[in-house]
Amino acid sequence: MTHTDRKVRTWGRPLLYTSYTQDMALLDTWAKKLWCGGLILFGLALSQVLVDHTLELLATAFVAAIGAIGLNIVTGYAGQVSLGHAFFLAIGAYTAAALSGDPAGRTLGFGVTNLLVWLPAAGLVAALAGVLVAPLATRLRGLYLAIVTLGLVFLGEHIFKEWDDLTGGPGVGRPAAVPDLFGWRLDQPGPLGSPEQQLYLLVLVLLVLFAIGARNLARSRIGRGFAAIRDRDIAAEVMGVPLTRYKVLAFGVSSFYAGCAGALLYSVSGGYFEAGSFSLLLSVQYIAMVLIGGVATVSGSIAGALFITLLSPVTRELPALLPFISADTTQTPNVFQVETVLYGLLIIVFLVFEPRGLYGLWLRVRTYWKSWPFSY
Amino acid sequence: MIETLIRGLGNGSVYALLALGFVIIYKATRVISFAQPSFMIAGAVAVSYLAEITGFYLAVVLAALLVAGVALVIERIAIRPMIGRPVFVIAIISLGVDVVVRVVANGFIGTDVRQVGDPWGFSLVTLGGVTIQQRWIAMFVAAAVLVGLLFLFFRHTRYGLAMRAAAFDQETALAQGVSVGMVFALSWGLAGGLAAIAGTFVGTGQGVDQLTWIIALKALPAIIVGGLDSLGGAVIGGLAIGVVESLAQSYQGDVAPWLGQNFAVVTPYVVMLVVLLVRPYGLFGTPEVERV
Repeated sequence: MTHTDRKVRTWGRPLLYTSYTQDMALLDTWAKKLWCGGLILFGLALSQVLVDHTLELLATAFVAAIGAIGLNIVTGYAGQVSLGHAFFLAIGAYTAAALSGDPAGRTLGFGVTNLLVWLPAAGLVAALAGVLVAPLATRLRGLYLAIVTLGLVFLGEHIFKEWDDLTGGPGVGRPAAVPDLFGWRLDQPGPLGSPEQQLYLLVLVLLVLFAIGARNLARSRIGRGFAAIRDRDIAAEVMGVPLTRYKVLAFGVSSFYAGCAGALLYSVSGGYFEAGSFSLLLSVQYIAMVLIGGVATVSGSIAGALFITLLSPVTRELPALLPFISADTTQTPNVFQVETVLYGLLIIVFLVFEPRGLYGLWLRVRTYWKSWPFSY
Repeated sequence: MIETLIRGLGNGSVYALLALGFVIIYKATRVISFAQPSFMIAGAVAVSYLAEITGFYLAVVLAALLVAGVALVIERIAIRPMIGRPVFVIAIISLGVDVVVRVVANGFIGTDVRQVGDPWGFSLVTLGGVTIQQRWIAMFVAAAVLVGLLFLFFRHTRYGLAMRAAAFDQETALAQGVSVGMVFALSWGLAGGLAAIAGTFVGTGQGVDQLTWIIALKALPAIIVGGLDSLGGAVIGGLAIGVVESLAQSYQGDVAPWLGQNFAVVTPYVVMLVVLLVRPYGLFGTPEVERV
């Protein structure tokens, strides 16, 4: 019996599957295929429409989305709570910066500026760190694990602050990785336009690749294993999911994503970074992206990352609208305080009222229109 | 050497108070509340304002009650609706609560260091040939008294019994007429009050500023070392963490300078990792038995 001749699509019944391959497809309905293609084209078109400043912001959000997808793999799909994402981002950022750094510079550098070298290297080094941490994860579960990963952030912060040769020391910082593709400097004006346009296109392409990778992982044997571990680890082991190996794998893959995101993060925004950036607050931001976006969904991670990253420029505009909020950090209701409070409140509000996050809001809208004009 | 140990015990007793708050909430609700740092800061800030009006000692009591009240309200609004949801979700909500409360408290601190108006400051006392700061002794004594009171409370009062019963088995406790909701509220209130007192002692001498809250997170290694569900373990874990940190502060520069300056700040986390590798449930915690 072959599958190919049984793939029948009935017009108007998108959820009717006539074969397993259809059910397991990456994008299982026509609407999803159309919308995804449309969104990617829209994203590409934006690079020609928007001003450079907005493009830089969007590029940062896309990089954050890669990191959020990574956190979602370990926390959303595999259910292993990690507050240590900032640590893995930092490892990626420093690996990439050191590899592509100027050998004669003030900080450690090897002068390998090719993007195709430092990006995978950053991911792999971070993944290695994730695999080294994972043995703890296999012994611990739940909140014990959350606290251990929290400790990791503090240890990492200490190491990065002390290791001046690599990081430039606290308050000083070092240049980020140089985005160079076989001699074509993406951070200088080139054939695709301004530096911001080129970097935007680069991270858009990378985001699509990473998102497809995560979707594919989630629908594979490994992804189903992750879900089984999340729902009940002992039951998963009884069903034959090798617990230790899968937890190590989840941490490894997640850290690979985090490493790549960390490597790109400061290349697209500013090009300079400091050892104090990788604090607990950064981890909390990524947790917020995953929870606000939608746990265990790739589209949710992207939406959450866009939401959280674009939140800060929006709050920066608040003083113009609400005069009692000050833009000056020494005044009491200032924009930074408002921004931090918003993170906290948004996490609480989403968890209390819509635990599925932005993805859940989309599901509500979709369900409403699917059954319109009836209420169910 | 003895000075170092006493400094460690003084700081350790602050960690112990914070750790007790974590453990009390954990025992009642099976959740680690990440809101403790914000309660600690709120307590210290409240004391720094109240001490100018009422004097230090009354201010500490009032601040503890005030923060306990705030904790009760937060528990009712943000935590109670989430009963029955995965513990991870509730823990993250408490993280959100922490961020919000801390920003508000930090707003009251401003950019300067606020003094809590304590009578000790950095003044020294000589006991048996050893010169130590008075505040270390004050911290240790205050913590000892509070821990004693808590143990009496859990052992000899109706509410203490109710809390122990609810921690042991929630459904059976409900069936026996224990109001588990009251237990949840009480545990948050107690934890808030303890955190406020701990915050005050953190603020003695050096005062409180925007970054003081990080100290509260050192109670997390303390509870992991002691075991998440052991009150005695929390006290011993807190003291142990304090002593180790103090020893590292004094001797690490000579013994192992390659670890870098300020290594003492992260020693609690190193101790935690080592203990977890040897005993995943802490020194006094109950190993979770899983039925398949």
